[in-house]
Amino acid sequence: MKKLINSPDAVLADSLIGVAAAHPELRVDHSNRIIYRGEGTKTGKVALISGGGSGHEPLHGGFVGFGMLDAAISGEVFTSPTPDQIQEATKVADAGAGVLHIVKNYTGDVMNFDMAAELAGADTGVTVETVVTNDDVAVTDSTWTAGRRGVGVTVLLEKIAGAAAEEGRDLAAVAAIARSVNENGRSMGMALTSCTVPAAGKPTFDLPDNEMEIGVGIHGEPGRRRVALAPASDIAGMLVDPILADLDFTSGPTIVMLNGMGGSPLIELYLMYGEVARLLEAAGVTVGRSLVGNYITSLDMAGCSLTLLRADDEVLSLWDAPVNTAGLRWGM
Amino acid sequence: MTASVSLADLTAWLGAFRDLVTENRDYLTELDSAIGDADHGANMARGMGAVLDKLGQAEPAVTVDELFKGVGMTLVSSVGGASGPLYGTFFLRFGVAAGAVSELDGPALSSALAAGLGGVIARGKAEAGDKTMLDALAPALEAFDDALADGLPAAAAAAASAAAAGRDATLDLVARKGRASYLGERSAGHLDPGATSTAYLFEALAGVVA
Repeated sequence: MKKLINSPDAVLADSLIGVAAAHPELRVDHSNRIIYRGEGTKTGKVALISGGGSGHEPLHGGFVGFGMLDAAISGEVFTSPTPDQIQEATKVADAGAGVLHIVKNYTGDVMNFDMAAELAGADTGVTVETVVTNDDVAVTDSTWTAGRRGVGVTVLLEKIAGAAAEEGRDLAAVAAIARSVNENGRSMGMALTSCTVPAAGKPTFDLPDNEMEIGVGIHGEPGRRRVALAPASDIAGMLVDPILADLDFTSGPTIVMLNGMGGSPLIELYLMYGEVARLLEAAGVTVGRSLVGNYITSLDMAGCSLTLLRADDEVLSLWDAPVNTAGLRWGM
Repeated sequence: MTASVSLADLTAWLGAFRDLVTENRDYLTELDSAIGDADHGANMARGMGAVLDKLGQAEPAVTVDELFKGVGMTLVSSVGGASGPLYGTFFLRFGVAAGAVSELDGPALSSALAAGLGGVIARGKAEAGDKTMLDALAPALEAFDDALADGLPAAAAAAASAAAAGRDATLDLVARKGRASYLGERSAGHLDPGATSTAYLFEALAGVVA
């Protein structure tokens, strides 16, 4: 394992020291591993909180700031944060208008946020609404699985619901737009390589040079199937087709995110976006807005994921609203 | 023959469990790498390490419920993931059911274990055969109860064997809960990491009440 680290056990703590040093506009609670806006939540504004395992940067800490999150809670690499961390962030970020918990649908995240909401309700009296994202079409949504994973749509949701909260909408309205974004978003991911969890020291799975995994999540886990390596134009189809088969995107503008898994260079991500855009046009999908880059990653995994979100004028205007975070910044 | 387990026995059980998950940290992580996210060994070793550190620093608990509430809260607040809430809930419910006593006889230990099992089911919503820790836990408790007439050591030994058999039987199962469920059919052919750590829990118990 070759990584820019001091020791595998200190990766998260050391990285948060760097976040604090690089971003004086943020406040980092190192003992609870929470990143807050430096100025705190504006009085009367609904607070947006998210969190999860580390290793997906810039998600979630990179999205704390004006127009997006008020706090992000970091667990160990690929491990959900604990209920007491979540409860602390909930208490601190609340500015009187309640708190929206944004949770990706993974067993551990859901359980820890559930326990935190139970504790917070009994203990602090803060009103909490929860939205669980589950946009990954690679997973069959049935009683035989833990349900679809929450992946790329989480980024779009944090931006759009964050803008709604910034406008002064109340908790019920912010939660409603967040749920609507989740319901209208779909994602599909693929991997060219595994990733190396620092504490494990070696790649999570073996993947020969001539093969790839289709239908991966964001934790270095294998995908739904392994296939022969193919040109980008074919890979684009493997991402676009299952999404379009799951939901109709031809009725209005679509927000498209081509996301890198952490180990693929931008030149490849743009190449992939070109292939995806061509297929979407052929399928009658109108791209309203697009975003290309590393936004929800899986450590050093090479590969990408595609997220499509059905939008309308309201969603597009919330998307275009000013945002000022380490990971996403425009209109300021 | 041991007729009951004392607070010292129960603390020794926790210590033996810590030792087993620490010794097998890399093995548990390897199992989790195949069908999950490669963190089960590190999480269990960190969590049980924190439990024993805390027990070493605090005033010794005088009742079973006090001991296990502390254990459960430490696991919940130090592990994260799914194993933190699941093992944490197991020990929390175990403690509540055991009550403010200083030792547990066979039936009392059985009730406490059953309450822990109920907590795991409530938290994880898994069923038998879903390829989870439940597939080691549920048969262990059943075997414990069946052998209890022969005494506590026999019951603990039977529970350990049944947990190990349950763990081995997860090899061919297709996961229907947790992160391994995303692999569908590809999850078959691998032991479940959670069932494996649960087998250590009963191996530790059998070692202590022998």
